[in-house]
Amino acid sequence: MDVAGFCRQANILVVAGKGGVGKTTATAALALVAAREGLEVVLTSLGDSGAIPRLFGADRPLAYDESVLAKPRGGGIVRGRVLTPDAALVEYLGDHGLGRVSRRLVKTGALDIVATAIPGIREVLVLGKLKQLELAGTADVLLLDAPATGHALRFLTSSGGLLDAARGGPLREQAEQVVAMLADPRRCQVTLVTIPEETPVNETVETAFRLEDEVGVALGPVIVNDCYPMLEHLEDDPRSAAEAAGVVVEDDVVRRVGTAAAFRSARQRLQSSQLERLARDLPLPRVVLPHVFSSALGPAELDTLAAALVAGIGGLA
Amino acid sequence: MTSVEDLVRHRSVLVCCGSGGVGKTTVAASLALCGASLGRRCCVVTIDPARRLADALSEGAILNSPHEIEGPWSGSLHAVMLDAKVTFDDLVRNYAADEGQAERILANRVYRNLVSALSGTQEYMATEKLFELHDEGHFDLVVVDTPPARNALDFLAAPSRLTGFLDNRLLRALLMPGRAYMRAASVFTQTFLRTLSRVAGGEIVEDTITFFQAFEGMEQGFRDRAGAVERLLSSEATSFILVGTPQRESVDDATYFATHVAEGGQHVGALVVNRMLPDLGAAVPLPDGEREGPWAELVGNLNDLTTIAQRQELLVEEIAARIAPAPVARVPLLGADVHDMYGLSHVARYLVPGAVP
Repeated sequence: MDVAGFCRQANILVVAGKGGVGKTTATAALALVAAREGLEVVLTSLGDSGAIPRLFGADRPLAYDESVLAKPRGGGIVRGRVLTPDAALVEYLGDHGLGRVSRRLVKTGALDIVATAIPGIREVLVLGKLKQLELAGTADVLLLDAPATGHALRFLTSSGGLLDAARGGPLREQAEQVVAMLADPRRCQVTLVTIPEETPVNETVETAFRLEDEVGVALGPVIVNDCYPMLEHLEDDPRSAAEAAGVVVEDDVVRRVGTAAAFRSARQRLQSSQLERLARDLPLPRVVLPHVFSSALGPAELDTLAAALVAGIGGLA
Repeated sequence: MTSVEDLVRHRSVLVCCGSGGVGKTTVAASLALCGASLGRRCCVVTIDPARRLADALSEGAILNSPHEIEGPWSGSLHAVMLDAKVTFDDLVRNYAADEGQAERILANRVYRNLVSALSGTQEYMATEKLFELHDEGHFDLVVVDTPPARNALDFLAAPSRLTGFLDNRLLRALLMPGRAYMRAASVFTQTFLRTLSRVAGGEIVEDTITFFQAFEGMEQGFRDRAGAVERLLSSEATSFILVGTPQRESVDDATYFATHVAEGGQHVGALVVNRMLPDLGAAVPLPDGEREGPWAELVGNLNDLTTIAQRQELLVEEIAARIAPAPVARVPLLGADVHDMYGLSHVARYLVPGAVP
């Protein structure tokens, strides 16, 4: 599949996955890939710890107002912003006649009362805001770094739930529009991110089926993050390999090379079996991202992942 | 300097905090296993564990109360899988003046949403559960896993958050019986209620008011309880254990954690760094002419892994410096997911060396 076409499949791409699988990193890599194709991208997060700007080499956390994260060659741009439920709720109430007291709403804790009385209102308002950005043509692609899986499911199902609760009024209308947006594959798709380990794979399969059944949202390819590149000679005897290469090495080196090979080999087996299981249990295409041999993720690592993503997308039917 | 072993031997409550996906549940269960192996009566409270680990801990039982896991330890090991809804229901029944009041609250739609919609309710119920288990006196050590939160500290704020909710000024206005609330309420409250009705429909407003009216007279009970929970969490009996992975985010978490926990008067017990690469020693230089073939690949693999292991170690040292003098325990990345007692005992060996055979 060609990369620009892939990036333009839907106006909104929601990236979801279990905590710790690298969902935020995958979202940032997708944003960079799309911008390199000349697209205007807005990357939104529900709350930012600074991880997104750091990936782009910036150090200021994202704010409610957009800021530029990257301007790669090709004419595209990545801008980032947060979309906190509280800010969306204040904005919404402000638009509906509570402008003057909306600050007090936050201070007095009335927001919690509203959110409790009307389940799903936070989620609907965040998605409603996203829909507003989409309809206003803010960007070619809107990427949302969604909350971790358990929450992501609730995040996407609660608009439907709200339809049951609110029988009329502007909020119901808002929920109806959000539900329609989620069900339209041209407007919105969900990409699940996972890693090749048992629990994340289980959660991904379960989430995918529930999202299709309960939300009717279209699912893009699954991104399998953190895959070790496969090596061929891990089972070779290190001493014979050294001899074959004509090098003389100490016993300690042979031992350590062997330990490292055994470790990698175990990870590789776990990875292969989980990738097979994912392919068997979930009929969605997969894009594999490599394990980045680094403990700190920054622009260099993001670049590696973006390149892998491009290769992976290119390999899709 | 204390060790994780000291905490497991002498504390009454250990709270495991950290972001999602770092292995909090595994560490919590392993700490309880260490305690049981050291002869203590231990209970681990888990929140939404992965299915297979849940199966291993519950052995098929459905539970919001302690289930004993039999094993070759000198103490005892129990597990509770927190059901926030059931815990909250029990709390309401305890504080209601009579059965009628309890039923009115339990049947109210706003109440039924409270567990899922009010942020911090799950955390609050976890603290409530640990308080109950501690207070009943059947356990020497209660280890609690916390709900996944980006901010490891949401847990600490949870009790005051819920009492704050029930204590709200707006709420007090709403507690005025019948339509009188409209007359007595401030301009702010009136505007708020009118807007809410217009936006979401009148029924929702009625439901909310009924809910708060139903709660009348119970706030004090909740407040006292929350106060007692907070005192337990800040006492010498409790230590917080930060669980992280060797990544930059964990350094941020640890910094934040150390600062705020100390400010709040609580005790940082230890840092557990999970999923560390094994220490493989120094890299092995490969001369230029030897980049191809099996030996080059094997050495390349060793060098890749040592590079990451060394970077991870630097990060861990940075985190350790921020939470010193609290001890640091390193748990290696294991060959397979931890989902049974065998896996837990493997992790336990790195937390308290020698405790678990």
